[in-house]
Amino acid sequence: MKKFLPLIIFAILVIVPLMGLSTYTMHLLILVLTWSVIGMAWNILGGYTGQVSFGHAAFFGMGAYTSGMLYLHFGISAWWGLPVSIVVLTALSLIIGYICLRLRGAYFALATLALGEICRVTAENLVKITGGNMGILINERTWVEKTWFFYIILLIAAATYILIRIVIGSKLGYCFVAIREDQDAAESLGIDTTFYKTISLCLSGVLTGIAGAFYMNYMGYIDPSIVFPLFDISIVVVMVVMIGGAATFWGPVIGSIIMVFLAEVIRSLPYIGAAHQTIFGIILILIIIFLPNGIVAGNFFKFLTPWKMKWRQKKASL
Amino acid sequence: MAAKEGILMNLLEVKKVSMHFGGLAALTDVSFELKKQEILGLIGPNGAGKTTMFNVINGFYPPTKGDVYLRGQKISKLKPHAICKLGVSRTFQVVKPLQRMSVLDNVIASAFLRKKNKVLAEETALEVLKFTNLYDDRNIVSKGLPLGKRKRLEIARALATLPEIILLDESFAGLNPTEINEQIEIVKKIRTARGITILIIEHHMKVIMSISDRIVVLNYGQKIAEGTPHEIGHNPSVIEAYLGEEHGA
Repeated sequence: MKKFLPLIIFAILVIVPLMGLSTYTMHLLILVLTWSVIGMAWNILGGYTGQVSFGHAAFFGMGAYTSGMLYLHFGISAWWGLPVSIVVLTALSLIIGYICLRLRGAYFALATLALGEICRVTAENLVKITGGNMGILINERTWVEKTWFFYIILLIAAATYILIRIVIGSKLGYCFVAIREDQDAAESLGIDTTFYKTISLCLSGVLTGIAGAFYMNYMGYIDPSIVFPLFDISIVVVMVVMIGGAATFWGPVIGSIIMVFLAEVIRSLPYIGAAHQTIFGIILILIIIFLPNGIVAGNFFKFLTPWKMKWRQKKASL
Repeated sequence: MAAKEGILMNLLEVKKVSMHFGGLAALTDVSFELKKQEILGLIGPNGAGKTTMFNVINGFYPPTKGDVYLRGQKISKLKPHAICKLGVSRTFQVVKPLQRMSVLDNVIASAFLRKKNKVLAEETALEVLKFTNLYDDRNIVSKGLPLGKRKRLEIARALATLPEIILLDESFAGLNPTEINEQIEIVKKIRTARGITILIIEHHMKVIMSISDRIVVLNYGQKIAEGTPHEIGHNPSVIEAYLGEEHGA
């Protein structure tokens, strides 16, 4: 049964657009799938390889801008951005990897954070190339209704899922996890840590970039503050994976479902206005306290055990 | 064993290695050879530079002066993973298990060095786990292992890379007498059954005297003696530097 679960979920999702859901619901589902792809991509680097990145907006934005700029400067369909962003993002990942991967732990995280911001500021200021804060608008939308967008992102998500399953079950996966657990031990066991970290970053970056390229096509408009933001993308993707469960296959998917719907629900509460992000933050803190390993990895019923027991357990395990 | 020494070639040669950390000379002009299939003990008081020596051989530190040669090939500028690929594997004094992986996965991760796919890697890993008596613990997450088994896991992981030389850094420290005897058997078996050359750091005098063919003694980063356990046990400068207290007591 468990073996066929991904297939069953995929089959259900294939039927979903035929059920005549509202445009708004379809939009949310597309967002969930997009975030799942970004989350799964981040999970390769942050979850499995243990290199926590706070700069994934750089990859997302670069994917989106690759798509947008192909349309803007060469007049070809922005859908070409999907394959082209693979090349662009590999190059970007190699550059970022060369700069950042020599750093470890918090220093790596800080370096990626800085690089994400550098990308945003660059995109804002290269007005002739990126359109600056005016952004890029695609005038001829491919489809008005959401059905095909949904199927395309569903296909991307399914391919990402399969790719990750294959990678994690192979030598690559073992090397990634070994690096996460102890870099020195991994190195002395014959694992070329620099090489495998670079591979991990490239995989993660390319998949995030593809999600970005899709986003450009789907939304039809981007500007630097939409696709390069620190808070709305770089931090949120970390949250998505942490809530769902780092280094699990389904964690990013569960995480993105929660994030997207939570954000929508809180935003629609009356009398709150701009305070919705505060509530969002509080809920996130609670989830992290009670389910530090995420929903998929943690035991859900631990919610029920009293505070003290948990605290004692934690103290004992330290 | 001593009679055989002349015939066997030098597998690993440490030539006049010095290692300085800023003003601190952790090693000064240390030279020794490791012959094929021998067990060489490396002893010395705390801070003598034994682990630093391992880190130099293993590639974590490039030596300030001098070189390390493996089968005549210079390896002292290579990275640890490259040196491991050439056949030098090590364990850590402060054990470094891949904590959130199972014991089996720990060993598979290192078996991948020489094996192309997971089936072959798992085969090697299981064989090594049986060899080190960890087979029954293979599905335990390694964070939950007691120290004695973690030390053995270190050895199992090093063996799974199918090395020619294995560097054992205090694999006996913190073990109880039963575990020590078990560990001695495993270390002896590593040479007899697998033909692997062993360089071992150990504080436990009984152990090192009983398993080593030869012993190199370091003190304050310098080699002060080299010889058979019997010679070392009677060397006055060694007794003064290291064994003095124990023998006096």
